[in-house]
Amino acid sequence: MPILAGKELRIVGFLCNWCSYGGADTAGVGRFSQPTDLRIIRVPCSGRIDPLFIVKTLLYGADGVLVSGCHPRDCHYGQGNFYARRRLEALKRFLPIIGVEPGRFEYTWVSASEGQRWQQVVQGFTEQVHALGPSPASAVFGACREIPDEKGGPRVAV
Amino acid sequence: MKIGVFVCHCGSNIEATVDTASVAGTARAFPDVAYATDVMYSCSEPGQDGIIQAVREKGLDGVVVASCSPRMHETTFRRAVERAGLNRYMLEMANIREHVSWIGKDREANTNKAAELVRLAVEKLRRNRALFPKSFDITRRVLVIGGGVAGIQAALDCADGGLDVVLVEKTSSIGGKMAKLDKTFPTVDCSSCILGPKMVDVAQHERIALHAYAEVEEIGGYVGNFEVKIRKKATFVDWSLCTGCGLCMEKCPSRKSHDAFNEGVGLTTAINIPFPQAIPKKALIDARFCRQFLKGKCGVCAKVCPSGAIRYEMEDEVITEKVGAIVTATGFDLFDHTKYGEYGGGRYPDVITSLQYERLLSASGPTGGHVKRPSDGREPRTVVFVQCVGSRDTSVDRPYCSGFCCMYTAKQAILTKDHIPESQSYVFYMDIRAPGKLYDEFTRRAMEEYGARYVRGRVAMIYPKGDRLLVRGADTLMGEQVEIEADLVVLAVGAEAAAGSPALAEKLRISYDKYGFFMESHPKLRPVETNTAGVYLAGACQGPKDIPSSVGQGSAAASKVLGLFSRQKLESDPQISQVNQRRCVGCGKCALTCPFGAVKMIDVRGEPKAEVIETVCQGCGICAVTCPQGAVQLEHFTDNQILAEVNALCQS
Ligand SMILES: Cc1cc2nc3c(=O)[nH]c(=O)nc-3n(C[C@H](O)[C@H](O)[C@H](O)COP(=O)(O)OP(=O)(O)OC[C@H]3O[C@@H](n4cnc5c(N)ncnc54)[C@H](O)[C@@H]3O)c2cc1C
Ligand code: SF4
Ligand code: SF4
Repeated sequence: MPILAGKELRIVGFLCNWCSYGGADTAGVGRFSQPTDLRIIRVPCSGRIDPLFIVKTLLYGADGVLVSGCHPRDCHYGQGNFYARRRLEALKRFLPIIGVEPGRFEYTWVSASEGQRWQQVVQGFTEQVHALGPSPASAVFGACREIPDEKGGPRVAV
Repeated sequence: MKIGVFVCHCGSNIEATVDTASVAGTARAFPDVAYATDVMYSCSEPGQDGIIQAVREKGLDGVVVASCSPRMHETTFRRAVERAGLNRYMLEMANIREHVSWIGKDREANTNKAAELVRLAVEKLRRNRALFPKSFDITRRVLVIGGGVAGIQAALDCADGGLDVVLVEKTSSIGGKMAKLDKTFPTVDCSSCILGPKMVDVAQHERIALHAYAEVEEIGGYVGNFEVKIRKKATFVDWSLCTGCGLCMEKCPSRKSHDAFNEGVGLTTAINIPFPQAIPKKALIDARFCRQFLKGKCGVCAKVCPSGAIRYEMEDEVITEKVGAIVTATGFDLFDHTKYGEYGGGRYPDVITSLQYERLLSASGPTGGHVKRPSDGREPRTVVFVQCVGSRDTSVDRPYCSGFCCMYTAKQAILTKDHIPESQSYVFYMDIRAPGKLYDEFTRRAMEEYGARYVRGRVAMIYPKGDRLLVRGADTLMGEQVEIEADLVVLAVGAEAAAGSPALAEKLRISYDKYGFFMESHPKLRPVETNTAGVYLAGACQGPKDIPSSVGQGSAAASKVLGLFSRQKLESDPQISQVNQRRCVGCGKCALTCPFGAVKMIDVRGEPKAEVIETVCQGCGICAVTCPQGAVQLEHFTDNQILAEVNALCQS
């Protein structure tokens, strides 16, 4: 059920509530049509995004992960996206080492007013992931999956 | 846990491209879902009642509403859930309108995606727990940034409502653009006669502390308790002594200083009071022109000042104010017409801006209200107005309409005829935008009573011909070229975001659009609120606006502030971080990364542990990612919740 076989790929977005989630809303209000692959997970701030979330998403079998936050200097919490930028840049360099093709992960900045830009980001990233095709990761790592259900349970199960 | 899922049609907004009944059907198979249905309008009264009834009848412990964006209706549904007897945080939303039905027409794909987003919400909700807000004390004072008419109105309304107001104005007097206008449309009443008394009220109001010639340097804190650093720029005059007598201006030998108030038409003295009605009426030295600063000797003003107020050694001073809310009313700036090379690019002295023309028309202006050409002081006979200079023109990246230029051009054409009865005005326009009360009638009067000739078309070229200017353009209604020999050309320059707006927005942590105008929380329903709690907007800083709308917004922002402060205490959002002290190893990394200083290190039986100060934490979750132990978790955005969402999406 999750994706339409043959049509869609699994693309997961992590968006900050204040800018990019708003930008995606603005795109909707403006009826800027977009591919249907992307599913958005809302977080308060790009600084809340643990690089491990992205690693896990990719290892669980997502074909692409897109992160978007407020433009640098425009973070609702002042500095969250600076932390995010540092963490995500490091992650971007690290992913190929564990065998994830570079194009499967991108991070960008979209403000709440930039509906049209959001449309372009989604279109561009979806095309990029489709060009890479389905990710081989789920076949390889599928068995590692483990979601701790209790707080205080094992945290990282990669 | 028993979860109820409500899938909204939103009339046809969602239903047209999403099969909501099928989404509800799919949802019934999701874990813990005890009830699922589709609803016509879930936000309507019957819609909310339906949710409440289902919660009671089916004994639900949590609700998922699949509808519009949570940024739109999260509060609405939280209240509904609360009325049903649940904790308001036992609600999750799936955004199947902005993120699904409005961005694609493929019903099959949309229906499938909507069901997946519902699954995401269900998985998150399964891990939610009841949260209870804490209340905290507030500072019942308000900061108003910008002393134009919008800021003045906001300050006066707040002060009259019993609040202490700190008003910060960048220039040395409040009044903004309106103080520079001669008359105002559509009634042609004198601008300073209607604004002047309000400015005096600001000066005399015991609850308003005015900091003119000051700027906001830094803003910390959050709604209810902001801490603001204000830089009071050096004026080189001790304002506590200056009486505004103006003797210094009479004697100052440096008489060729830029006159910002008069928009550069005419010159002023290095020490000056910008205009007679200035509030505060205090002198200020422009160090760029003062001989004491340039040559190291002069000191005339210090000698003549009867109150000994001159302080050449004065430095900027930074003060700190504590406030609970902020209204920003920083207005607009004018488009720089020199970008249009075809209009002379600023080279022809008799091609001026509309605001310069206001100063020529004004009795308190540099020409005493006699319209004279800047080049030779002659009274013009033929005046050409060019509208939309820097508006509705994508070639200069200004696609928007500045809103008030049509109206002020009509006003200026009328005033030209009043000042010089034998004159003839021409107005080049694209369309006439006059939608306000009595506005269209006003532009008609300019044409019919005052004989202004309106030519529909853009001006292609302006060039000098003898001591006059040849204006060449197209008359698109007649389908012909027109050439007019003009004595004076007035460019109706469009509105731009005030200089420095993006930097100020970043300090306020609010959004701005690509032109630098501040973004309201909702374009229709929350026009003076921003997405940062406690920060409000008024006037042209949000987008071009005429005086009535700016004043209306000033009052609206004030009413929002008064509403906020009508409560004794504010409630904090309980979606904040918590430290599991058994896991915490006391490394202190969270305390170092928190941008709000919300984590303090405490001693628990001899060991250092982190603790989050509940009313200070803003819920960003930066610390949660920083903690190497997974000891800090952000409520409702815990690692487990986010990973459960990921898992829901990735399972095949
Ligand atoms: C030529 C012309 C003629 C017009 N004629 C009319 C008319 O006849 N009738 C009508 O209804 N409207 C008219 N308007 C429109 C009118 O000027 C605006 O509606 C009005 O000025 C908007 O008020 P405001 O307070 O929002 O902004 P502003 O008047 O721009 O005031 C903003 C204030 O904020 C200050 N400020 C800016 N940035 C900062 C900062 N960072 N920190 C502190 N302070 C700051 C500025 O110095 C200024 O004092 C005219 C406009 C022009 C250009
Ligand atoms: S979530 Fe953490 S980093 Fe963010 S404000 Fe709260 S304590 Fe500070
Ligand atoms: S980062 Fe984690 S382990 Fe370190 S002090 Fe903060 S809560 Fe404790």
